[in-house]
Amino acid sequence: MYRNKRSMELKTVEVWDGNVANSHALRQASVDVVSAYPITPSTGTVEAYASHNANGYVDGEMIMTESEHAAMSGCIGASAAGARSATATSSQGLALMVETLYQASGMRLPIVLCMINRALAAPLNVNGDHSDMYLANQSGWISIDACTPEESYDLVLCAFRIGEHLDVRLPVIVNQDGFLTSHKAQNVRPLSDDAAYDFVGDYKEVNSMLNFDKPVTHGVQTESDWHFEHKAKQNKAMMDSVSVIEEVFADFEKVSGRKYNMIETHKTEDAEVIVICMGTTYQTAMVACDKMREEGIKCGVLMPRVFRPTLMDQLVDKLKNAKAVVCMDRSAPGGQTGLLYNDVASALFNTSSRPLLSNLIYGLGGRDINIENLSDIFKDAQAEVKAGKLNGSIQRWVGVRGPELNYYSVEG
Amino acid sequence: MAQHKDLVNNLYKSKEHFEKSVFDMGWDELVLGAACFSFEGEIDHTVVNVQPEDRRSAETNSINKYVGDWRVVKPVWQVDLCIDCQNCWLYCPDTSIISRDKEMVGIDYDHCKGCGICSEVCPTNPKSLVMFDENTKNEDALMQWPEKTKKGE
Repeated sequence: MYRNKRSMELKTVEVWDGNVANSHALRQASVDVVSAYPITPSTGTVEAYASHNANGYVDGEMIMTESEHAAMSGCIGASAAGARSATATSSQGLALMVETLYQASGMRLPIVLCMINRALAAPLNVNGDHSDMYLANQSGWISIDACTPEESYDLVLCAFRIGEHLDVRLPVIVNQDGFLTSHKAQNVRPLSDDAAYDFVGDYKEVNSMLNFDKPVTHGVQTESDWHFEHKAKQNKAMMDSVSVIEEVFADFEKVSGRKYNMIETHKTEDAEVIVICMGTTYQTAMVACDKMREEGIKCGVLMPRVFRPTLMDQLVDKLKNAKAVVCMDRSAPGGQTGLLYNDVASALFNTSSRPLLSNLIYGLGGRDINIENLSDIFKDAQAEVKAGKLNGSIQRWVGVRGPELNYYSVEG
Repeated sequence: MAQHKDLVNNLYKSKEHFEKSVFDMGWDELVLGAACFSFEGEIDHTVVNVQPEDRRSAETNSINKYVGDWRVVKPVWQVDLCIDCQNCWLYCPDTSIISRDKEMVGIDYDHCKGCGICSEVCPTNPKSLVMFDENTKNEDALMQWPEKTKKGE
């Protein structure tokens, strides 16, 4: 609730992986309670934070729980009591946490979850894909995506400001790719401890249980008489959080010089072909895009920085002139199209824009996607633009061994 | 028993007592999250000296709700056997033993769930709190009171 008594001297540029970057953001935000359970690849966040704690750099409490369900429950209890709380998890851990994710958002507790994206078993896999990010997609948590350790550090600091804003009071997930971001040490330009804490600010209690002047019960039961109204209020806060997120990103630019957008774009202004993807793939796609521009393809790349709430208006605005939009989903779709495709398709459906809209399922279980793969994707989309129609189907699985897999065939 | 009835009746506040009932509130008027306040407004720390029926309980406070409907067995109190030891008052998890000035007054059947702890911790012989079927009338229960047990029984 208050600034840590002891601060750490940091260099202008530190070399941190995504986990260490997260741990410093949590430390600088002076989190009161971190309640966590280790799971690859997010263990590093908790481990590094525990070391800051053990070395006396954190005044808060660290709770080692017996499961991720208990970890989030610990955060919920702490947050309801009136403490700033955070945790980290991945994949199966998130899956076990799902029940409590809904408790946290429904109880309007601004918990921050550092999510290191990893595939969901079976088959067991520790590498990065977005199936856990997608699993939390309707949990009522604001979901933001980072591509690098620095972005994750920045966005975790922003997450406290966003979630704790009095008009929002919702929990926030900050995603990053397992191993590709979480375990690759890269340059991070941290804020000083004081500057970071000044940015995040003191925790603002709302209806806290430790306020004995106004006794309160959290997590009450409501049946058909009130549940609908509570959910309506919660969803309204989610929808209205957009302006707060924009405001926090603008404030963060003032203290760090680093600008975050609700939707990140690379050369989309005049692009005919736009690839939409998230996480580290966005970075690779930018390199492939520049290469393809040299070969004469008018292409661009787009990433929803804010995955939830869904930013339909802004998607429409960025995509209105595109001729082909390729939505790349790094999650097994379970017999449907991927979520990015669904978001984009529903955003565009009631507009006059009718780009060729396709869905690629790629990179499951951390399967590498490189510049050549993405170049081919740009080329294929360009060929579709020339032909004026999709190449046979809406959904294509790319980078998987064996016979080609296409679904949802389309004529013309 | 008359004193007990008055106390229990006073625990309930009429709906008019509240400015606007939460049952009439729209989504924009509800408390943030899944929270309910126990009292209206801020409380004074001297509230501990105020009897429950005199506190400004919020409409959503469970004191205003009948929550005894899932009880299948109920404790019946035999005033003549009671020694006012306060064990039942201390152990009751639902504050359903009503006591004033360290003297047992009665049982709040609107909040008692029938767990039987009060009967279990009652030290008298025979017990002054005995569990009976929910449908047994208290007058009938008092007529069927168990006999004093001898040592070793």
